[in-house]
Amino acid sequence: MQQSPGAPRQPITSSTRVDQVGFRPQLMRGIKAGLAVVAMIIMLIPAVWMGMTAFKSRPDAVSVPPKVFFEPTVEGFVSLLTKRRQLTGEEIDAYKQRIDLSFADRLALKRGQAIIGQSDFPKFLRNSLIISTVSTFFSVFFGVLAAYAFSRFKVRGENDLLFFILSTRMLPPVVVTIPIFLMYRALNLYDTHFGLILLYTAFNLSFAVWLLKGFIDEIPREYEEAALVDGYTRLQAFRKIVLPQSMTGIAATTVFSFIFAWNEYAFALMLTADVARTAPPSLPSRIGTGGVEWAAIAAGSLACLVPVILLTFGLRQHLLRGVTFGAIRKG
Amino acid sequence: MSGIRLEGITKRFGDLTALRDLSLTVHDGEFFVLLGPTGAGKTTTLRVIAGLERQEEGAVYFDEHLMNEIPPADRDTAFVFQQYSLYPNMTVYENMAFPLKSPLRNLDKGEIDRRIRETAEKLRIGQLLDRKTANLSGGEMQRVSIGRAIVREPRVFLMDEPLSNLDAKLRESLRVELEHLQKTQGITTIFVTHDQIEALTMADRLAVLNEGRIVQVGTPEDIYDRPATTFVAQLVGTPRINLIEAQRRNGVLKMSKGAVELPYADSAVSLPETFLLGIRPEDITLRADGEFTGEVVLTEPLGVETIIHLKTGEERLLAVVAGTKQIAIGETVSFGVVTDHLHFFGADQKRLGEAGGE
Repeated sequence: MQQSPGAPRQPITSSTRVDQVGFRPQLMRGIKAGLAVVAMIIMLIPAVWMGMTAFKSRPDAVSVPPKVFFEPTVEGFVSLLTKRRQLTGEEIDAYKQRIDLSFADRLALKRGQAIIGQSDFPKFLRNSLIISTVSTFFSVFFGVLAAYAFSRFKVRGENDLLFFILSTRMLPPVVVTIPIFLMYRALNLYDTHFGLILLYTAFNLSFAVWLLKGFIDEIPREYEEAALVDGYTRLQAFRKIVLPQSMTGIAATTVFSFIFAWNEYAFALMLTADVARTAPPSLPSRIGTGGVEWAAIAAGSLACLVPVILLTFGLRQHLLRGVTFGAIRKG
Repeated sequence: MSGIRLEGITKRFGDLTALRDLSLTVHDGEFFVLLGPTGAGKTTTLRVIAGLERQEEGAVYFDEHLMNEIPPADRDTAFVFQQYSLYPNMTVYENMAFPLKSPLRNLDKGEIDRRIRETAEKLRIGQLLDRKTANLSGGEMQRVSIGRAIVREPRVFLMDEPLSNLDAKLRESLRVELEHLQKTQGITTIFVTHDQIEALTMADRLAVLNEGRIVQVGTPEDIYDRPATTFVAQLVGTPRINLIEAQRRNGVLKMSKGAVELPYADSAVSLPETFLLGIRPEDITLRADGEFTGEVVLTEPLGVETIIHLKTGEERLLAVVAGTKQIAIGETVSFGVVTDHLHFFGADQKRLGEAGGE
């Protein structure tokens, strides 16, 4: 590299901006950081509370005043994952004599219960995973194709179509649950994986199209056009140039779609029973069977959080630019 | 390499007609420039040739082959865009390899590598090959763009204002380089610009476009010395040509608002009674024995030359003198007019007398 005239001899290693040094700016930054920390704590309290409850014993979970310090136990997880039976006093004594009891059995015994089988929760969690993943895949797949078409081609009635796509989100889902329930019954889609995948894909698609169109609009057409004259078909140009460039948008759309499908409650409650039931509606159904098992519910909620957290962290590099939406640096 | 022929091209974008019945022939191996103001249809013409836009009417021929239905990939043109043309997140090497790796070409790795290194050397970008394109300067980027275009020896080279985003010095040096490259490679080149200096210096022939129509086609000399319309006359040449309302009366040409009267040789052009007189600033010479006098309103010293704004009667004229000249504003000077290069335009803005160009 050639040294340009007037350039400093020594590399500049610290900021020379006058507005970034001195007492006042530093104080301001300190205050901002402090506020951010306070906001973060407020937002984290429910999550932390849930995490704590998940590891509390049943009496600890409901104790008043709430216990901040307690002896952690996996009792909640055991009751989440098992079906149990209440034992009589004699049975408890009999059980205590047995030496073939597992760790989980002994935990249940403390509450006077015997494990009689696995609960359905792992199945519900698996359903959630299948339905969310597949519907997210289709939302993003069709979304990116539709968004590309809207962004690049002259589509007749483009604005009307885009508005129509958006309008599918305008009714609160609950309003349409009954008609959809009746339709699903008639079409034999009730309590099927396919039914929920279809519904979530349709729901997320409008969102995906709009979000991705914004990202694709930001990619200069010249890139593809250069590829077209360089000897590639439009599909090849799309795959080699547009797709890598829209990874940010795809990541953002994936996370949002996945979170929606994963958290969705109302439709899942109405449209599934045993076969295709997802995790969220399965949790409240634990309320009422032999008292509220708060520890089990918290454990289930915690389990529900994990995939979303993993996905978000996995895509965080792309997301960091994605959440700023249109603010991608040009050139 | 090919010659290119456009026949009656019309292109509309909604209500806007970008090209109206445009016909054009570019010879094989020629450096052809499309010159015109913004919105004249230059870029659209280029995109129609590349196949990036489809014309509503008319035909595009490469040599004698009709290209209307041929997709851009199979037309084998190379396009240099004004900006944004390098693929991001690829290195310079990958950018230049991209057209060669096209499934259409089916070249082996060694051949691709050989061609890239050869081209890189020609454009003096060998040291940049491993760099990401985001870390290049503007001049380097356009050099790589040009490299990516010539690396595969296309039938025709299409350049859409490739120099306009560069600073003046860089533009000048890259212009010379491009010209040299085109002359040595002999690739048919169509070059779009709104800069008349680029057009005049680089072109073998050029076409002046305005509002989607071709106004004039010819060599730079044709365009400069025999502009077909007042539009062309004003577009080329800096400082801009003096266009003056004038009258023919009793064998003399008289400026309507000025004091200048010029002798009128009957043989040259048959003139109507009123017309527009065009005088290039370099044809107005300041000299002590000049027939006319004028008041200096403003001077613009440019180093090589000085532009002098003169007021004579109610008319204002631009004159150019060589070097820097110390003339006070408000001073009265004498000047003459070189009558060999006068331009005459009728009320319809068209050139009177001998036709300009083709």
